[in-house]
Amino acid sequence: MEWGDIIYKSILVVCVFSVSLLVAMYSTYAERKIAAFLQDRLGPNRAGPFGILQPVADGVKMFMKEEIIPDVSNKALFIIGPSVAMFTACMTGVVIPWGTELVIGGKHYPLQVTDVNIGILYLFGVVSIGVYGIMIGGWASNNKYSLLGAIRASSQMISYELAMGLSIVALIMMTGTLSVREIAAQQVGWHWNVLYQPFGCLLFMICAFAETNRAPFDLPECETELVGGYHTEYSSMKLGFYLFAEYINMFISSAVIATLYFGGYNMPFIGRWVHDPNWMAILGTVFFFCKIFFFIFLFMWVRWTLPRFRYDQLMNLGWKILIPLALLHVAATGVVMWLTGQIH
Amino acid sequence: MQALTKRSKVVSNKRMSFMEKIYLPAIIKGMMITLSHFFKKKVTVNYPEVKRPIAPVYRGQHVLKRDENGAERCTACGLCAVACPAEAITMVAEERKAGEEGLYREEKYASTYEINMLRCIFCGLCEEACPKEAIFLTDRIVPSTFERHEFVYGKDKLVEPTAKDERVDITERQNVDTVEFKKHKEYAHNILYTKNTLK
Repeated sequence: MEWGDIIYKSILVVCVFSVSLLVAMYSTYAERKIAAFLQDRLGPNRAGPFGILQPVADGVKMFMKEEIIPDVSNKALFIIGPSVAMFTACMTGVVIPWGTELVIGGKHYPLQVTDVNIGILYLFGVVSIGVYGIMIGGWASNNKYSLLGAIRASSQMISYELAMGLSIVALIMMTGTLSVREIAAQQVGWHWNVLYQPFGCLLFMICAFAETNRAPFDLPECETELVGGYHTEYSSMKLGFYLFAEYINMFISSAVIATLYFGGYNMPFIGRWVHDPNWMAILGTVFFFCKIFFFIFLFMWVRWTLPRFRYDQLMNLGWKILIPLALLHVAATGVVMWLTGQIH
Repeated sequence: MQALTKRSKVVSNKRMSFMEKIYLPAIIKGMMITLSHFFKKKVTVNYPEVKRPIAPVYRGQHVLKRDENGAERCTACGLCAVACPAEAITMVAEERKAGEEGLYREEKYASTYEINMLRCIFCGLCEEACPKEAIFLTDRIVPSTFERHEFVYGKDKLVEPTAKDERVDITERQNVDTVEFKKHKEYAHNILYTKNTLK
């Protein structure tokens, strides 16, 4: 690897990292605004024009608050919990292809930090480590509400990871690759995977909602029963990290949904008007972000529409409905592929 | 049984049909409802910039009126304090000295006059009890503060300014009959001088 490549990759890593943080930061603002608009309110509008500085104010507040570590908690684990949650949330961004590639001076600069050939496996691996952040935090708090919240969160995430993995298996059977970049590249023009596997996409999206602990699957932090769930004992920026990790996860989930099923950075009809590859790459990235923002909006829209599942309903949906359906979907995909002669 | 409104629905415990069981149509319907609210007119009033219109007879912060020459109307008779069900009003009476005729309308006046705004229930009985048309409730709102003692309003906050264009207008609170009644020559001394009548 040359020095130029290392510098380029470092810049890209910093860019991806800061963009994830920025989007997550403004997701908190967007969430409050969208919640307000859906409820005929105005939302935050005091800090700066249209309340645009609200996330900064919230951040300052989080940092200024007194930091309380309970005496009875396991102090090391108490600190490790939110760190793990934040760390894994930030790590997932590296395998997502944010665009095609820039050509500067005859050199190709792909807009993806690293193209692992098992990118999807990497994603799933990192996301499942995220459960430890919640689990450790809930356990270390030494509080029954935290523990219950953590148990709910981890059992929910583990159950829905199965259905999620199975819905991806059907996609992998069709695309024949585990590399996220190749999956994105295969969806040129209108060959979006959602048009071939609408049902798989639906399954994946439902599981993504559960994986990010968002409504209607937000019972790990169900205020009415569990005070605050796994972060009951947390205060100051440690609490901020947990909340922030949730928003980064939401951003990454939206990016993954957009990449795997909605064509990633591909823009239909773009080839008719734009021929310069650099412009195409930039426009593709912009279009990709539009898709991501739409899915973030969808996450919030669903949250402020649907009530929360009961715990047994959640488990029934996961184990008795989604997993059998996903298995059926895999089988059906195989049969269709066999009938159309894609496999022998 | 007769339905109370046309919108009431009969609830039943029948088994859900397949379409109902998959929930998605209902979810999409619900999301469309929330989306329609996204574009609706917002009900929020941006308070300090925009104020909701309040009735002219609104019972807000009190004012102690001055007469047309700028002399305080209150004579410290104590009827408002007696009438007050919350016992929020206290006062100390004092005799008017020679040369103070321009400051106090009657021969006796209140040297201190305090209303505890935390006790006050804004019923308006003080206003009704006052024989000198000295105290009125206005459409001003008592602002919040952090300290308890700041809610005890003295004469500095209650008596209206002397300058004629800074007087507190309470004409809207008077109905036509009352104003006509006060024009009777036996009660003419009670005609109230407000911003409108001064102009």
